[in-house]
Amino acid sequence: MSDLLALAGGAVEQAVASGAGDAEAYASEAENREVRVHGGEVESLTAATQRGLGLRVWIGRRVGYGFGTDLSPSGVAEIATRAVEAARAADEDEFAAPPEAGGEPPQLGGLSDSSRREWPTDRVAELALGVERAALAADPRVAAVEQAVYFDSGERVAIAASSGARAEYETSSSYAYLQALAEGEDGRETGLGFGLARGPAGLDPEAIGREGAERATEMIGSAKPPSRRCPVVLAPTVAAGFVGLLGNAAGANAVQRGRSPLAAMLGEQVASGAFVLHDDGLDPQGFASAPVDAEGTPRRRTALVEGGRLQTFLYDSYTARRGEAAPTGNAGRSGYRSPPGVSASNLVVAPGPSTRAELLREAGDGVYVSDVAGLHSGVNPVTGVFSVGASGREIAGGELGRPLREFTIAGDLVAMLRAVRAAGSEPRWVPFGGSVSTPPLLIGEMTVSGS
Amino acid sequence: MTRRTRPEQLLDPAVAERVLARALAHGGEFAEVFAERRGGLTLAIDESRIESVQAGAEEGAGVRVLSGATTYFAHVDGLDPADLERAADEAAAALRAERSEPRPLRAEAPAPQPVERPPGKVPVERKAELLRELDERARAAGGEIAQATASYGEAHREVAVANSDGLFSGDDRTRVRIGAQAVARRGARVETGAETLGAARGFELFEDDPAAIAEVAARKALTLLDAVPAPTGTMPVVVGGGFGGVLFHEMTGHGLEADHVQKGASVYAGKLGEAVAQPLLTAYDDGRMPGEWGSDAIDDEGAPTQKTLLIDEGRLTGFLHDRRTAAREGVAQTGNGRRESFRHLPIPRMTNTYIAPGDADPEAIIGEVSRGFYAVSFGGGQVDPATGDFVFGVNEGYLIEDGQVTRPCRGATLVGNCLKALTAIDAVGDDFWVKTGICGKGGQKVPVGTGQGHVRIAAMTVGGTEP
Repeated sequence: MSDLLALAGGAVEQAVASGAGDAEAYASEAENREVRVHGGEVESLTAATQRGLGLRVWIGRRVGYGFGTDLSPSGVAEIATRAVEAARAADEDEFAAPPEAGGEPPQLGGLSDSSRREWPTDRVAELALGVERAALAADPRVAAVEQAVYFDSGERVAIAASSGARAEYETSSSYAYLQALAEGEDGRETGLGFGLARGPAGLDPEAIGREGAERATEMIGSAKPPSRRCPVVLAPTVAAGFVGLLGNAAGANAVQRGRSPLAAMLGEQVASGAFVLHDDGLDPQGFASAPVDAEGTPRRRTALVEGGRLQTFLYDSYTARRGEAAPTGNAGRSGYRSPPGVSASNLVVAPGPSTRAELLREAGDGVYVSDVAGLHSGVNPVTGVFSVGASGREIAGGELGRPLREFTIAGDLVAMLRAVRAAGSEPRWVPFGGSVSTPPLLIGEMTVSGS
Repeated sequence: MTRRTRPEQLLDPAVAERVLARALAHGGEFAEVFAERRGGLTLAIDESRIESVQAGAEEGAGVRVLSGATTYFAHVDGLDPADLERAADEAAAALRAERSEPRPLRAEAPAPQPVERPPGKVPVERKAELLRELDERARAAGGEIAQATASYGEAHREVAVANSDGLFSGDDRTRVRIGAQAVARRGARVETGAETLGAARGFELFEDDPAAIAEVAARKALTLLDAVPAPTGTMPVVVGGGFGGVLFHEMTGHGLEADHVQKGASVYAGKLGEAVAQPLLTAYDDGRMPGEWGSDAIDDEGAPTQKTLLIDEGRLTGFLHDRRTAAREGVAQTGNGRRESFRHLPIPRMTNTYIAPGDADPEAIIGEVSRGFYAVSFGGGQVDPATGDFVFGVNEGYLIEDGQVTRPCRGATLVGNCLKALTAIDAVGDDFWVKTGICGKGGQKVPVGTGQGHVRIAAMTVGGTEP
């Protein structure tokens, strides 16, 4: 294991020597493995190591970014040269400056699970095979599993800046999923099952396989619903996608550039009182949790929507300076290949008092949406107006009825959140739309377009 | 003189042979090393300011070993012989059989896509200038344009592939792309428009009025200010040319990728030779179209790219194969084994996929519709290959009333099933062009071209915001 923090610190010095006024280095080192199984056999086994460095530099009010995988002294020098050249090509921005020191980061436990290292590859392969077997055993109508996948990763990150800031942390994650295929009267149905944890020991292959089987078989015999306005219950996997959109809209960058439906809504009613949302960068179960954000500012827990009102936007150091607000520790990045930018950490919707069965009873007659497609293509990110393809179940007499497919749900994001009548009592972590934990949500009324 | 790639400049053949021997040290029928060096630059203009200037370089290799039905894969960052040997050892680590011997390498030197002006040699100021032109052009399109943004990206990839069958080949790939986005505002109404231009070429792509795309993006946004809510119901749908081909890409193309087919996860499984469309429809995947966004000299397993007939006058004639799916079926590879980078396994992917031009006049295709929908461009889409169910967001669409394109619509989606929709195509226009796309599959993104002329689907579900 190399000393990442020393590497990052050396890169900062190199950047300053190459002409940068200020510099910030982000170094990461990761080990991943993946197992794909199909038909009771291991289809592929992948082992990988990755390492890289990203350098953000400031020359006056200009900022540039360089990255690379060559971490030798000459490789780091090249990265520094690229970053400095990039900064010289940028225009001046009065708000561009390195992040201010952000105080002592919190002590965070539980971000790494030792089972990731302890479980040998044949044991995690057996876990993936177990997922497939569980789906096939759950229901005779499950004809096959298209693929069952296990993945895990351990990552170390170090951040150093010319301001003197230093941070280092380690995380691990693992997940498994499958796509089950059920044979119906008029074709095949697919169902996704998944589980997330910090290591393989936290995954339940039985439950993952069973979920895929249930989701596939419940769609057999599905039909198009009639078009109408009616109560809608969003499954956690679907609600998470919408919550993710809301998190994007709350990012101060989109707001300051006039590209967010929430731009003029600070302190305004953006949801019903039943919808309470936090951005929580400290929840040990959330994959986005870390002591610091992507530019070294301590992560924290921030109330986003409470009492139905939008409490704050999410800030990194640039947008906080520009918006004359305090940073909220919401600099995120997808790795060393891209510079930090504003993003939600873990979005956590507070559970309500009602079980799913109670939500369905309260809905009475309506639609349960278990899946949406095209959440990114079917949404206008500036206005929040959406129209997306969906599938799910009819709700009749307060219970789940026949399966429904090929319909669309449409509306606008804020109007939908204002119509939330209740949040369920059973939240779930969902990796779609970022890292989101949400229960099912009952929406009072939405437009459902079918036949 | 035709430029030739020199795979040995990236991967020393002696090192490659040693790595392949190590990869097969514990058995396996096939081993491969894929080496890559990639560099790129991106920049953007936002609020009329050049920002987000990012430059990077990465290199690394992936080694795979095939044994029975299992693929063993390891990848590392770095191209030092020690890095490559470590990858080979990791790939072989789970195997327990007797050593097998790779064949000696025979170097091939395919001709890459021609590049007149390597973008890396063009000063970054010129690229910033290009973005300023786009910015001004979008803002000049109308007083209601509230915002304009644009981006520039260039990528250069050198790849080398060596395998235990003795194949040793390489490619030198350059791609450039610009994109423009505009936001139009009228009171509380806010609409967006976007357009892109890209190719597997050099900076010469931008010689002929590249800023026109900014005007197109702005026009789309302005047009939508007058949009009415999209209709809901089943009606004839005319799909526009170029990027309209994304519909065919999604609803049919993915179902023709042989990995889906062999797992029975495609609605086209077992339909080879059958009629899947009306005789007026012929379609290809062509990785050799000169300069097009999805073109390369070889695929990422070293197989030469080719033009593959997918649908011949309505009859299904071919699937898209990588090495593994072709071997399983005992057919020839089609040059579709692609990967996002050395960090990914090759899988069957489309290159440039299109519906060949038909003989219908695009104006007549619309003129024959009394009430319908005209979908010009899509925000993207999704399809479930196993069921064939799909959904597409339309970001530029219009009503067709009495044979005329009338009011613009917003919030429309097309929802349907690909088998039904493909057979419902009853007209294919004689106009034709190809647009750039980024296709995601199995967590890997690759550049693809999508193309067609105007195409009419006799009946399709349009989902709007109005019930």
